[in-house]
Amino acid sequence: MSLLSVRNLRTHFDTDGGIVKAVDDVSFDLEPGKTLGIVGESGSGKSVTNLSIMRLIPSPPGRIVSGQVIFGEKDLLKLPTEEIRKVRGKRIGMIFQDPMSSLNPFMRISRQLMEVTELHMGHSSKQAREHAVNMLQLVGIPDAAARMDSYPHEFSGGMRQRVMIAMALSCRPELLIADEPTTALDVTIQAQILELIKKIKAEIQTSVILITHDLGVVAGMADTIIVMYAGKVFERASAMDLFDRPANPYTKGLLMSVPDPLRESTARGELYQIPGLPPDPANLPAGCPFAPRCDKAADICRREFPPMVQVAPSHESLCHFAKEVYGESAHLHS
Amino acid sequence: MANPLISIRDLKVHFKRRRQLVQAVDGVSLDIHPGETVGLVGESGCGKTTLGRAILRLSEITSGSVFYRGQDLAHLSHSEMQKHRRHLQMIFQDPYASLDPRMTVAQILSEPLDTFSLYKSGERDGRIRELMETVGLSTRFVRRYPHEFSGGQQQRIGIARALAANPDFIVADEPISALDVSIQAQIMNLMERLRRERNLTYLFVSHDLRAIRHVSDRVAVMYLGKLVEVADAKAVYDNPLMPYTKALMSAVPVPNPRVEATRRRLVLEGDVPSPINPPNGCRFHTRCPWAVAECRQTVPELREIQPHHWAACIRISPEQPYIEQASSGSQ
Repeated sequence: MSLLSVRNLRTHFDTDGGIVKAVDDVSFDLEPGKTLGIVGESGSGKSVTNLSIMRLIPSPPGRIVSGQVIFGEKDLLKLPTEEIRKVRGKRIGMIFQDPMSSLNPFMRISRQLMEVTELHMGHSSKQAREHAVNMLQLVGIPDAAARMDSYPHEFSGGMRQRVMIAMALSCRPELLIADEPTTALDVTIQAQILELIKKIKAEIQTSVILITHDLGVVAGMADTIIVMYAGKVFERASAMDLFDRPANPYTKGLLMSVPDPLRESTARGELYQIPGLPPDPANLPAGCPFAPRCDKAADICRREFPPMVQVAPSHESLCHFAKEVYGESAHLHS
Repeated sequence: MANPLISIRDLKVHFKRRRQLVQAVDGVSLDIHPGETVGLVGESGCGKTTLGRAILRLSEITSGSVFYRGQDLAHLSHSEMQKHRRHLQMIFQDPYASLDPRMTVAQILSEPLDTFSLYKSGERDGRIRELMETVGLSTRFVRRYPHEFSGGQQQRIGIARALAANPDFIVADEPISALDVSIQAQIMNLMERLRRERNLTYLFVSHDLRAIRHVSDRVAVMYLGKLVEVADAKAVYDNPLMPYTKALMSAVPVPNPRVEATRRRLVLEGDVPSPINPPNGCRFHTRCPWAVAECRQTVPELREIQPHHWAACIRISPEQPYIEQASSGSQ
């Protein structure tokens, strides 16, 4: 059974320019112990999806219009506020891109960590302190017992992200949502943090949703991937299938436009480029939102919204020509 | 090989911050040849942006030289430097912040033409239109303001402004870092086309190792104010010699799950030390898995270990270029 099942989620924002359908009919499942990657560019709806699951959409201007988020037995969208607070931080942990904005700058790191388990696990302050030391050791903070009474600004960016991970995992959550967890970090620190997430995931058996714009990061982390564009899921597949045989022109374009440092053939030549710009989310074109940038687009694409087509078991693509694109992709790597 | 267009010699940029000395650039020497793209990579705080700015005299040089067409820019007066500026331009990371929000595209692009007294008033409009077309902007937008454009389009305006005075050398400081993936490819392709068509020479500064591999002929790797490896792009990526470069290359996430599943990473311990009070000896010794006692004392020189492949590490040599095979000295 799925740990998390998102069904037909729609989150809209009221703006001066009109209604922005930031997340529009998004569905996916996450199996226990697995990592789901959500890939997309800015404005694709990947972060709003995450915030909707956690019921953290600021309202107004945002509102969850419809859908279900089944976690365990319950629909998180129907839980009273009190109940959802108990889920957040305890059963679902979160890491964001910028650890500095998620940590309280005026509070010692020890205090911030201890609060989590005092609140959710009924720890005494002594228990909470011991637990906090253990968590900081787990995430690789050297000399944790001595350093835990520091303030966030005394830690480097990488160290702060480790503290965030320690905090997110304090109550051994069933699900960890990491939204661009390494985007603000240098590449050698990124490697440390990604290794850490993998290691801890195996140790405490948590499932992970990893939200990123970086195809390299998901390639190394995710079991399954969904690609989002203009608030829609454009493709869903296992990581291997998605990279080997994309069935959506947008995914294919993204994969081809990222230089692969290990492939000599891509160096110095012209990179494939997706023409044009992402659409204005308040004024989506009729038909397929990617059609104006798509080299496969035909009349039907500009007229009718595309169907979600199953091209293989557990591999779906939102495209009028999904089967054709999938067929052509067979030769992508040869 | 032809004479270098830019020749940097023992360049130092030191400055005071909170009464402490920051050795942002500390003894860098590098040649950049006409028509080539040199990629300058390193992590935040390594001094790569300061180095790029110092070459154009946008950061104050403490000592050393920057030769451009035989002239040492480091020692020119402000007004003498101004004469060279039209040939030496910059593209910035944050295109919006680098464009005056109160000026239209036409005004932004005519500014360098005014500054350097180029093109008569009758030719101005034509030149501006030509520049816009060159970077792929519709000339219909000539009266628009920066905020009316997307990030990628703003960067195109920044590139057009850099091209306005027909430069031959451009420092591009993280030109694609603020852009979405699908737009990054557009800007890299545009810059590469301009380089070919106009015989431009680039110093492409970035922390994005995948982009650097793609755009560069040669790559220079920087760590805490010093260059630690310089070679052809292919050699730096396929055959890194200096331990920091090895770690950097193994940390790049590759967009291929099969490769990622089997890859062995050299994951470094700890953080980059501060450029205030950098470590003695080799600045990388605090994080280097191969460091020996001598690394804490001796500052390694950038040496040619293999033909055209320079690295700064006392534990490797032309006879023994691979650190994995170096005899383990006293730890």
